[in-house]
Order: sequence, then structure tokens, then C-alpha cells
Amino acid sequence: MFRFVVKRLLSAVLVLFAVTMLSFLMFFALPGDPVSGMCPKNCTAERLERVRVELGLREPKLVQYAGYVKGIFVGRDLGTAQGGHCDAPCLGFSYVRSEAVTDTFKRVLPVTLSIVIPAAVLWLVLGVGLGMISALRRGTLLDRLAVGFALTGASLQLYFVGAVLLLVFTYTLRWIPVPHYTPLLEDPLDWASGLVLAWMALAFLFSAIYARLSRAQMLETLSEDFVRTARAKGLSSWQVHGRHALRAAITPLVTIAGLDVGSALGGTFITETTFGLQGLGRTTVDAVHGGDLPTVMGTVILASVFVVVANIVVDLLYAVIDPRVRLR
Amino acid sequence: MALPAEVDLNPAPPPAEPAAPVAPEVAGRSPSRLAWARLKKDRVAVVSAAVIVLMLVIALGAPLIEWAYGIGPYDDFKARLDRFGMPLGYAGGIDGDHWFGVEPHLGRDIFIRLVYGMRTSLLIATAAATLTSVIGVLVGLAAGFLGRWVDAILGWVMDFALAMPFMVFALAVVPTVALRFYGPRDDIPPLFRGVVLVGIFAVFGWTGTARLVRGQVISLREREFIEAARAAGAGLGHMLFKQLLPNLWAPILISFSLALPSYVTAEAALSFLDVGMVEPVPDFGRMINKSINYLQSDPAYVFFPGITIFVMVLAFNLFGDALRDALDPRSSR
Repeated sequence: MFRFVVKRLLSAVLVLFAVTMLSFLMFFALPGDPVSGMCPKNCTAERLERVRVELGLREPKLVQYAGYVKGIFVGRDLGTAQGGHCDAPCLGFSYVRSEAVTDTFKRVLPVTLSIVIPAAVLWLVLGVGLGMISALRRGTLLDRLAVGFALTGASLQLYFVGAVLLLVFTYTLRWIPVPHYTPLLEDPLDWASGLVLAWMALAFLFSAIYARLSRAQMLETLSEDFVRTARAKGLSSWQVHGRHALRAAITPLVTIAGLDVGSALGGTFITETTFGLQGLGRTTVDAVHGGDLPTVMGTVILASVFVVVANIVVDLLYAVIDPRVRLR
Repeated sequence: MALPAEVDLNPAPPPAEPAAPVAPEVAGRSPSRLAWARLKKDRVAVVSAAVIVLMLVIALGAPLIEWAYGIGPYDDFKARLDRFGMPLGYAGGIDGDHWFGVEPHLGRDIFIRLVYGMRTSLLIATAAATLTSVIGVLVGLAAGFLGRWVDAILGWVMDFALAMPFMVFALAVVPTVALRFYGPRDDIPPLFRGVVLVGIFAVFGWTGTARLVRGQVISLREREFIEAARAAGAGLGHMLFKQLLPNLWAPILISFSLALPSYVTAEAALSFLDVGMVEPVPDFGRMINKSINYLQSDPAYVFFPGITIFVMVLAFNLFGDALRDALDPRSSR
């Protein structure tokens, strides 16, 4: 177990290292000028040159990269124009926003997490629940409705669903206010009412995917010998389905849920754009359009950290759920 | 063509082995003929295939439709807008001349832009799916058949590609590449945008097919026909492409058909985030992006591109599922 964790962590570090290298190459070391995009229209030649020197773009590429990686682990000193010392997870300084990238993330990350965590709970419960029920009631009207829902949801687009929800609940019925973000601790009710549309849109699409997957898994499990044995032993149907079958059927779903962290992040990007919420996604889209490379690069690294950590968590969870799995 | 009932009793035999001789008239059918027969009997498959063919005809015949309809995708009809730039008339200005109404502010015809948008979408999705399938098959064949260090390295690259959040990366890469080649103020030709999009899909999309092919190759390479080919002195190329590949077309076809809708979706999503295709090229994602600003004043606008892309993706998904059921009857939906 311990050896497995160490091995996983090492390979995770390797992947993250490669991600930083790749994004650094792409954003700062490709031929061309990264600075011209950062300065909108009224930039004089001297100002551009000063920005270049302050960003360290006049130094060798390897020195620049080493500085960047050092900043992530132990922090580093940036020029006074870049706000002086930059603490440990330092992802550089954004000229466009004139603040450290880490500070931007500290502000916008709670918005994204407030969208994605409740939505994920919602879609896992709804999706897996629906899939299980429709597998157990196979062939009934309920099952057919669930299959139809899963197919429709898998083909719908997040932004279209979001737009229709907005149109129906906010603009026509006026039941839900225009999406906005209030911190949870300030006013929980306002927090929920501002984000509920985003949760609905995300949960609708993702639960469709999970309903389909868990239905297929459950059907496969139900046809296995150990389920028949459990029934033959005279266990109640609750015990057969809830304890024996569910546990076996849910294992592959855990893997998929872990792999989905990346697409869920992509999903929040679209959700935030649709509903005009200023989270990590909206900020990144703005940064992309404003040529704010340090922020874009920071997002790429942050998102990769999320995905890599999620994969490790999934591997560990696997061992907990499935006693047959031995970690080596 | 009516089919004998025996077909259902005798699901497709695994390739390279003769069908079990249950009924003599079934024995002569090849697995692909059986799959084709199953597909033709599946009503969902037939309907979704018809929708897909219709979409292809629309996309390919767009200039013809433009000629018959009498309006081009870039023509604007400012006279059809009120002084706030909103379309005059009911539901976004629908009438005999403009079947789906006109765009707010720009006054372009929505119907003909959807027709051309289908062209953009299908062209990029088909190119991306083809390219990723080719890369995936090559990598999968190499990793599965050669094994050892080739497999180890390719496996690591696969894990690496999977660890990167695709959407985030695409969002970051597409404008950066454009900026590097054209500078901040130049106009970027749509062809270049399209090529960059297909390229980024190719970089991230091949892993699924590669994994699938690798797994299949690993189980096939121990079979007798490969051993026989090797004993007969066949070269590597012959074994990979003449012996292994013909046994793999079913999973490759399935993964290709399910990749198409996912690229339609991804392209529209990137365009929705304003990093895909740019004005004035007609594109579903960007149409929806724009329509969100007019949800209150022109609610009809969002439904035309939204429903079109939904029908498109649904047809592809249904057909992909039907194809899988036809080619692999053991899988249950």
C-alpha cells in the first residue's frame, strides 16, 4: 500500500513536471513575441521593452523556466513592478490584471468550487440512482423513460440547456434570480439561489451520462453468478441489490468519475460563460482573449493538478471499495 | 429483405473462426454481412442513418441550397431590423423569405447560416475523427504488437495525454498559436483556425482508439494465424496491416462513429468560448454564444442552432450505438 502511494505520487510529479515544461514552451519559448499580445493598443516601444526585461524574457529560456518552477515550490522575488516577493505557490504576475496570478485564483476559485461540488453531488446521486432503479425495473415504463433521458442528456449541449433554463426560470417565470455569486458563509440562501441554475444545467447533462453507465454496469452485474448465489442463499432483495450488486457495479463508475474531473472543469468553463459567473473559467476565457499568458498558464497547471490528484484519489478509493484490488 | 430467424440464435462468430454449424443456410454468411443485416433490421439505426445522410447532403449541397433559397450566408437584411437592431415580426422575424428569421443587429439570415454552419461543423469533426483514428490505430498497433519498451513509452504518453484537461488546454492553445503566427491584430484566416482546431483534437483524441486497438492486438497477437504468418517469414508491416488490421475494423469503426459527435460537440464548445472558428464563418457554437445576449429580447434565436446541434449529435450517438450493437451483439444497451 505504502509503496503504491509513493509510486503514484512520483508518477504524478513527473506528469505535472511535464505539464509545466510543455506549457512553458508553448507560452514563452515559441518563436514570436508573448508581450505584444499583453499590451493592448497604446504601448510604447520602451514600455514593451521594460515589460520584457521585468518578465525576464531577456534571460536564457532555461533560466526563465527554472525561475518559474522555483516560484511554484518555494516562491521567488519578482521586480517591484510585479508586486515584489511572490509567496510559495507563485504562478507569476499578470500585467493585464496587475496582480499575482495566485491572488486572482484565490478570489475566483471559490466560485468555481461552489458551482462544481454541489453539482457533482447532485449528478452522482441522481445519475447513479436513476441508473440503478432502471436496471432493477428493466423493461418497465420507468426504465424506458430513464433510457430516453440518458440519450437526450448525452446529446444536449451545456450552453443550450443553460440558455433554455435561464430563459424559462429567470426571464419568463421569474422564479430564480439572475445568476450571481455570494460567498456561502455570507448568505447561504443567496449563495444557493444564485448558483442553482448552474447546478441544474451541469447536473442534468452529467447525470444523464452516469445514468446510462450505471444502468449498463448494474445489468451486467445482475447477470453474474455471485448475485444468483446471494439470491439462492435467501437474502432479501434489498441485501442482494444494495450490498452485493451495488458494490460491484459502482467500482468502474468511480474510475470514470475520477477521469471526469477534467471534463467537469471544462463544463464549468462553459457554465460560467453561459451564466456570466466570474469563476476560474470565465477568468481564463478573459485572460485568453486579453493575451494574459501568466494567468492562462497558471490555469493549465492548476487544472492538471486537479486531474492528477483526482486520479490518485480514485486509485486509492478503488482499494477501499473493491477488496479484490491489491495495491502494489 | 426478410431474414431467417436463425440469425438471432447464432450471434456473430468471432472473426477468423467458422460459424458454428447450427443451420446450414447461416453458415455461409460473413460477420460483416450478419452485422449489415442486423443494422438494417434496427429501426433506430435506419432513422438515424437517414438523418445523418440528410445532414451530409445539406452540408455538401450548401451552395445549391443557397442558390435555391436566394440568400447567401453573408447577406445582411438591415431593413428587417427595428431601430434597436431587433428583428421585426414574430419569433425573430420568421416569414416566407427568412424561414428561421434573421440575426439581431447583423440582420443575416439564420437558415442559410445554419446550412453553412453544418458544413463547418461536419468538416472539422470528420477531419478530426479521421486523423485521431489513424493515429490511434498506428499507436495501438505498435504498442500492442511490439510490446516491451515501445509499449511502456507509448503507455506513458497515453497516460500523460489523459492527465491533461482537454478543454482547458485547448482554450489556452488555440489563441496562443494564432497569436504566434499572426500577431495580435492580424486577421486570422478561417482555414488556419480550422487546422489548429483539428490539430488540437488530434493531439488529445487519439488515446481512446489507441487503448482499444492495443488491447485487441494484445489478445490477437498470440493467435495461431499470427504465428503462422511469422513462421512463413512475413515482415512486420505485413503482420500489422494485412493480418491484424482486418481483424480490428469493427472496434475501429465503432470508435470512429462515436468520436464524430464528440468532435461536433467539442468544436461547438470551443467556438462558444470564442476560441474556435471566428467571424464571419458560420458556426453553431458562436451563434449560441451570441444568442445568449438576446435571450430576453429575441428568445427564438437560441433555439435554431441549439436544436440543430442537438438533432445532429443525437443522430450520431444513436447510430453509433446501433452500429456497436450490430457489430458486437453480445454488448447490451
